[in-house]
Amino acid sequence: MPPRQPIESGVPDPIQYMHPVMAKNYGAWKYHERPRPGVLCHTAKSGDQVWTVRAGTQRQMDLYTIRKLCDIADEYAESHVRFTIRSNIEFMVSQEAKVKPLVDKLVSEGFPVGGTGPSVAMISHTQGWLHCDIPGSDASGVVKALMDELHEEFINENMPNRVHMSTSCCQINCGGQADIAINIQHTKPPKINHDLVANVCERPSVVARCPVAAIRPALVNGKPTLEVDESKCVYCGACYPPCPPMQINDPEHSKLAIWVGGKNSNARSKPKFHKLVAAGIPNNPPRWPEVATIVKKILNEYKADARDWERLSDWIDRIGWPRFFEKTELPFTKYHIDNWRGARSSLNASAHIRF
Amino acid sequence: MSKSMHKTPMLDQLESGPWPSFVTGLKRLATDEGKQYQDTMVDLLGQLELSYNTRKGYWKGGTLSVFGYGGGIIPRFSEVADQFPASKEFHTLRIMPPAGMHYNTKILRQLCDIWEKHGSGLIAFHGQSGDIMFQGATSEKVQESFDEINELGFDLGGAGPAVRTGMSCVGAARCEQSCANEQKILRLLVNNFLDDMHRPALPYKFKFKVSGCSNDCMNSIQRSDMSIIGTWRDDMNVDQQEVKAFVGQKGRKYVIDNVITRCPTKALSLNDDDTLAVDNPNCVRCMHCINVMTKALSPGDDKGVTILIGGKRTLKIGDTMGTVVVPFMKLDTEEAYEELKELAETIIDFFADNALEHERTGEMIERIGLANFIKAIGLDVDPNMISNPRESSYLRIDDWDKEAAKWNDRKAA
Repeated sequence: MPPRQPIESGVPDPIQYMHPVMAKNYGAWKYHERPRPGVLCHTAKSGDQVWTVRAGTQRQMDLYTIRKLCDIADEYAESHVRFTIRSNIEFMVSQEAKVKPLVDKLVSEGFPVGGTGPSVAMISHTQGWLHCDIPGSDASGVVKALMDELHEEFINENMPNRVHMSTSCCQINCGGQADIAINIQHTKPPKINHDLVANVCERPSVVARCPVAAIRPALVNGKPTLEVDESKCVYCGACYPPCPPMQINDPEHSKLAIWVGGKNSNARSKPKFHKLVAAGIPNNPPRWPEVATIVKKILNEYKADARDWERLSDWIDRIGWPRFFEKTELPFTKYHIDNWRGARSSLNASAHIRF
Repeated sequence: MSKSMHKTPMLDQLESGPWPSFVTGLKRLATDEGKQYQDTMVDLLGQLELSYNTRKGYWKGGTLSVFGYGGGIIPRFSEVADQFPASKEFHTLRIMPPAGMHYNTKILRQLCDIWEKHGSGLIAFHGQSGDIMFQGATSEKVQESFDEINELGFDLGGAGPAVRTGMSCVGAARCEQSCANEQKILRLLVNNFLDDMHRPALPYKFKFKVSGCSNDCMNSIQRSDMSIIGTWRDDMNVDQQEVKAFVGQKGRKYVIDNVITRCPTKALSLNDDDTLAVDNPNCVRCMHCINVMTKALSPGDDKGVTILIGGKRTLKIGDTMGTVVVPFMKLDTEEAYEELKELAETIIDFFADNALEHERTGEMIERIGLANFIKAIGLDVDPNMISNPRESSYLRIDDWDKEAAKWNDRKAA
């Protein structure tokens, strides 16, 4: 029998799965309100309304969790759901009376309802030790540990504005830009297994991959391999994915760093990248307590001092970096001063100083 | 009788606490008597516990695909298969979700049933690139799993140097701030490049993301090579009765502090009668005031999209945001959508021909200069493409008069 040819169908049409009130009022919505944390109410120009109940999930879900969510959707909602970019599940209903029983059921089954408005949203993350080939840490575990700590901030809307967080297990940063990002930061150069390089790695492309031109071809014990100029190396790990014998991950020396002030929205200010504020934090499973302590300190100071609608970056723009470091009690070091290309634009070329 | 569970004292600590636990879910699969995935999940938990103890990862990649395609499967082979043989192969199928990630329970249950029969029972909704991640198939089961998922109307997403799975926001399906038909744009673009997705042959990855307004819920400026963002070019809509109601409810100070003074271009003013004055030509469509006063304010009616090119994360040259190449494109006819598709084709062709290996569009543009890129893809330069004109005087202006004439001709046209 000839092999089956794939049906190259691409991205499926969502209309077939969409809640009928949403499909009916497609492109014709008027306004929305947030009746309580975790619940949105959208009103269409036709007068139709749809209530959305948002709940947190563990993202990496077993069949039983997904089927339980389906059971809840069938019994308490209207059998239509969607997922947000931050792995929350949303249940849509066309009657307000269904909202409370749905919320109660979700909470009783262990799914926190929240993540709307000025709350700490679910942390964007990737695979980590569970499935990635280059991770310096876990992803699901860090997120579970942190969301346990931040649960109250997920189910309430008590922050000045929304807080998006992410975690990443290498410096490729799959988790993405965020108000607070927790990323691996390596502190040693790769350890090279010279016996394997020639057979495993396409050496010219590994040389080309290095952002600081620290890798060059070499002969070790008569075998062709690669060597790293350790005085140039910035420990980024870019060489490791194309060349696994250049091991960058280190149980002791792969640390975590915290970056703040990233923002994808154009609201008020233009989008921003996050900035380094803390590093050298131990990669400490299963609950990464040192990370949680710093994240909570930053969040508490932001919550106490930022004005309504200020994202973390807006708050820091207003109070200035010296006060940020003062309030969060994080050490400011020479490593916070950028020296990569374009770094001069991050220096204070003015007499604007807060006292 | 199945394998007995490995001791997992580290992972066990992630079962307590209020957030849903992925460990509890993994254990449920590992203790699911008689299921084909049970032993796999027992050993998967064993390997993960080992990682928690040693702080090292134990997966390596490989080469694996389904018949007819070259990408879309993330192969994972265990480096500690001698200790955990049942999970020695644990591959992921990246499957593209419906645009906007809408599902009904029937289709979710059908997907679960396939994965119960052929896979590990573990599914991530969704990966960071926007795929449904069916995590954990053996090499033998990858093809059967794909065939059944494919028959349901779902297709493999991208991996490697290819057009990747895209994302679009909920947009017009539910959001009044939507200025575009996000799901139509996403499907138009991604489904036009399925050959470049399924048979990876580009210099590196290429991502599309579509957001219906500049709140950019899809992070398209930071995370995609081609970012399509809904906007409008007429005046925004103001319901002055609702403005008055909002001021009445929240107070003038709140409105001044949280709406008027937060406008980045000082385009708002509160009138003495508690209505709102808007300097529309100076509004930059940032969305802040509309986010705050959802009933009173909304986007204008002459909608379209802004297109930005070149967003990506760190490697290799440092982060780049997408930058504007088309300030406004009206998408009100099928011909207009066709033009958008042709622009994407031109850009991907140029990228394929000119980027270095493992170079993203943002890096390519950094290397050759935006003006050269704009010229190559057949667009005209526009002051909306910059924050400010050049500051460096190291410049040759050989064709200045000719270039100035082009601008004057365009203005006169």
